Amino acid sequence: MRNFFRKLTGSQLIIPLFSLLLLIVFNLIRDVSFFSISIVTNNQGYPVLSGNLISILNGASAVAIMSIGMTLITSCCKGQDISVAAVAAIAGSVFVSVLRSREITIPVIILAFLYACLVSVLFSLFNGVLVAVFKIQPMIATLILFSAGRSIAYWINGGATPTISNPLLAAIGGFIPGIPIPTPIIIMVIFLILIILVLKFTTLGLYTQVVGINEGTAHLNGINPVLVKLLAFVISGICVATAGCITVCRIGLINHETLLLDAEMDVILAVAIGGTALSGGRFNLYGSVIGAYIIQALTVTLYAMKVPSAAVKAYKAVVIIIIVVMSSPVVKEFIVKLYKRIFKKETDIKAAANTA
Amino acid sequence: MGRNNNMLTGKLKNRRREPISNTNLLMSITVCTFFGMYLFAMIVWGGGFLNPQQFLDLFNNNAYLLIVACGLTMVMISGGIDISGGGITALVTMVCVVYLDDHGGTVLGSMLIALGIGLAFGLVQGILIAYLDIQPFIVTLAGMFFARGMITIVSIAPRTAAHEEFLKLKQARITLPGIGYYGKSGNFIPAQIEPGVIVAITVVIVVAVILKWTRFGRNLYAVGGNSHSALTLGINVKRTKFFAYLLAGLLSGIGGYVYLLHTGAGDAANAAQAEMQAIASNIIGGTLLTGGVGNVIGTLFGMLSLKTITNIVIASGLTKPYYQSITTGLMLCFFILLQSVILAVRERGPVRLLLPEWLRFGEIKRGEKK
Repeated sequence: MRNFFRKLTGSQLIIPLFSLLLLIVFNLIRDVSFFSISIVTNNQGYPVLSGNLISILNGASAVAIMSIGMTLITSCCKGQDISVAAVAAIAGSVFVSVLRSREITIPVIILAFLYACLVSVLFSLFNGVLVAVFKIQPMIATLILFSAGRSIAYWINGGATPTISNPLLAAIGGFIPGIPIPTPIIIMVIFLILIILVLKFTTLGLYTQVVGINEGTAHLNGINPVLVKLLAFVISGICVATAGCITVCRIGLINHETLLLDAEMDVILAVAIGGTALSGGRFNLYGSVIGAYIIQALTVTLYAMKVPSAAVKAYKAVVIIIIVVMSSPVVKEFIVKLYKRIFKKETDIKAAANTA
Repeated sequence: MGRNNNMLTGKLKNRRREPISNTNLLMSITVCTFFGMYLFAMIVWGGGFLNPQQFLDLFNNNAYLLIVACGLTMVMISGGIDISGGGITALVTMVCVVYLDDHGGTVLGSMLIALGIGLAFGLVQGILIAYLDIQPFIVTLAGMFFARGMITIVSIAPRTAAHEEFLKLKQARITLPGIGYYGKSGNFIPAQIEPGVIVAITVVIVVAVILKWTRFGRNLYAVGGNSHSALTLGINVKRTKFFAYLLAGLLSGIGGYVYLLHTGAGDAANAAQAEMQAIASNIIGGTLLTGGVGNVIGTLFGMLSLKTITNIVIASGLTKPYYQSITTGLMLCFFILLQSVILAVRERGPVRLLLPEWLRFGEIKRGEKK
């Protein structure tokens, strides 16, 4: 039991899991019906799952997908990409502009998605080259696209905010007929499995962490840090394009100003809550994904408590501060000390009892 | 580290042979760029650029940004980041308007409230970052969220101040003697500045003095350059960082009041993206996010350059807002690359730019000197 506890406290997953648990317990006490899941018939006549839990899983999928790429970038570049939401807007604009020019069929959607991926990867690589080759701090380098990205998205569609309505796109953003689970959740799961397989069967994960922990050592051991960093940005580009396309499909229009607005902040938060140090090094992919769900769960909980949507940010900030204070090294040390002192007393009493 | 050579050993070396420090080099590039750009605009477009009022409007419209950016300069020199500036600015405007109109407050009271809000944010953020060792990005991000959320809790609808004394202060203008322009009917209109500009310039001077001549200012550079060395030199790293965030918060509060003096309205959309513009001003002004390098005069010219390029884009007929943000992005890109190249050339350590042979002009220069 003691071993298990030590392992748990040493793990990076402790904070995200604990926060999630806290949220669940809070909701259980507040209102048990928060967790109810029902099957309702949607407007197309198919039975679909509905409930707060589903909306949490569904709503967080875009941020969760982006947080995968952000985790890799954070790990190896020791900094964050703040342009992800702007690049997602660009990818979404490209996706829509391809779809608008043709009749929408499945191959065209795939083509549009690939095209969006390509553009998004190119923009990501621009960031990547600045970071890896020119050795500029990631936050500064991505500030360029952060300030210019949404304008580029605006320019792609000629300044318009076109709507696209099509049953096929509605299926991607909502429900595939016959399957009661929202499609974004399925895409998210497929994406996560793919990335986990890549990390498990290749050395990408190891190399990424090595570059993040000590670039010089990585170089001496025959790892090319520039290549690893560029690769992280390429993967992030694909993640961002996926997230952008899903969101476009869900809301059925592209608005370069509001598409995934402030999502970069949520993504970075998800990574931080997930236990990956924002200063690079060891990463925790599951933690980041859980972090994304924590943020969404928090938002949905606040909505359920009838907090006005504009004020949600303030409550979110308080919860974030509580979470980061809990995970702060100083506080952690203090708790460990406290725990040890209590534990030592117990063993002392036991030892005394034994000798007596 | 190499960057602080000049500062730490300045008095031991012969002044003449000492190379210009990174801080001063990056700053002088920005100053030259700004004057070059403005001269270019004056020659090509003339018109508004020849009008002294338009130059002064750069200050009138952006005094708050300058104040927020000055606070950020101190934080960035210490190696941190503060993105809560815009949020605090907007919160101060809203709280002050509500206080003045609904609670029958006085102008002095509203000023104290502005300072109080700024100090409170700075205090909490400083403690969390310096003493609890939490990443500054997350803490100030939470600060920004909190401030922006609080605005809507205070008042959902945008408010406009109607307090008489405050409006008098808001409409106060300071006429500059001898400077002005001739209106369409040929009469001489003297150039005017708002009281907020005086505040902003005072803040720039005070911060410049703090950075240059006080122990706290020098400690900031030491902490940002290498916090371990600073610690072994006996500098209280935690306290230095704490005061940097405290001052940044306080300046954001002052910036909020200056914003209110300029627009006279409290709105959740006030000072949107001010934090990013402040960061951009700092970067263009030669302050590095890695810490240890920077100057508040550079920040001033960084802000002026950032706003001048927007004016130039508008003057050249590209009035759509998206052209402005694309040019801002390009300008940032140019300065960031320039700094990267300059620092990589000057640094003799293992960090070197991975450029092809023919682009490494810095090494050839160094060889020539020897």
